[in-house]
Amino acid sequence: MIEYTAKIREIAERILRDGTVDAVLGFRRGSIPMMNEPCLVKDPAQVQTLVWDSNCGINLANYLIGRKDKIGVVAKGCDSRNIVTHIIENQITREQVYVIGVPCTGMIDKRKVSGSTGGEITEVLEEGTRVKIKGADFETTVDKADVLQDNCAICVHPNPVLHDERVAEPVPVPQDKDRYEDVRKVEALDPQAKWEYFEDLISGCIRCYACRNACPLCYCPTCFVDESKPQWVGKSIDPVDTRTFHLLRAYHCAGRCTDCGACERACPVGIKVRQFTKKLEKDCRELYNWEAGLTLDVRPPLDVYRPEDPGDFIK
Amino acid sequence: MKNLLEHSGIEPGRLHFSWVSSAESTKFVKVVHEVCAAVKALGPARNFVKKMAEVA
Repeated sequence: MIEYTAKIREIAERILRDGTVDAVLGFRRGSIPMMNEPCLVKDPAQVQTLVWDSNCGINLANYLIGRKDKIGVVAKGCDSRNIVTHIIENQITREQVYVIGVPCTGMIDKRKVSGSTGGEITEVLEEGTRVKIKGADFETTVDKADVLQDNCAICVHPNPVLHDERVAEPVPVPQDKDRYEDVRKVEALDPQAKWEYFEDLISGCIRCYACRNACPLCYCPTCFVDESKPQWVGKSIDPVDTRTFHLLRAYHCAGRCTDCGACERACPVGIKVRQFTKKLEKDCRELYNWEAGLTLDVRPPLDVYRPEDPGDFIK
Repeated sequence: MKNLLEHSGIEPGRLHFSWVSSAESTKFVKVVHEVCAAVKALGPARNFVKKMAEVA
């Protein structure tokens, strides 16, 4: 995907110069390998800082909330779905955003790359479907497919659903992916085993809220965890408080989550936080035949009442 | 809501939803009896119980 960089720069420069947008939101190279960081370019002369490769996993839709200017944004499939969600939820208007669509072939999971080598990594280079990892005293090449983020490995919407311009032709959409294998595995457990599965899953949680901060859906001015009057959830790392946080965070994403993986990517202790949202995502698909952020024309299922809504759980 | 809570390990039968109008007193009684019976059958909750710090 490195070849997209030139095209992104070209588009960014053009739309900044002709005044289509006031700023362009994209990525620049981070200070360490595999950590590209979001960057806002306002000056056409500075578009050279923009880059694109497989380390752009951060969801840029997160930075559009409440902007008043016209803004160009580089968006992968999942970012574009979150932009749609923002527009539906009135966080930004369609006219305000100029979407530079990026057909995505998946993002690299830095933990998987680090795990595949021994020492400190100084450079990670992409060569087509291969990834070259360099360190002080080693050099190895792995298949990109082996180091993809979990959510990218099962992605079925790699192409932007909404775009004003696209940097390349759409990539092939993977067919018959089994998106919910892990969810079904948990569903098959008995209640106590399920409880223990999640207890184990979140046992490392330090309540840093990085998952919330990275999530484009979490834009409330005051998050429920930060409220003190009333205090909805305890602020300690008591397992019950931690679980309450994770459950409520997930519920707030119900019918909105695009499985972009920003939460999991941001987690400093590597908790698979998507296990919570994925169950809701699966339910939304099964109960309402709904996938978030695919269209601007339909209200989300939790937003509207329909007579045929499933109600079997109500006695 | 019920689905994820039960997915995360709350026993089916511990969480109930119902819609009872203020005019449906008999339904209310029926629902309360049902909920009580279902929860009693499960016994005391073992999960999601926060232990308060013990002070001397």
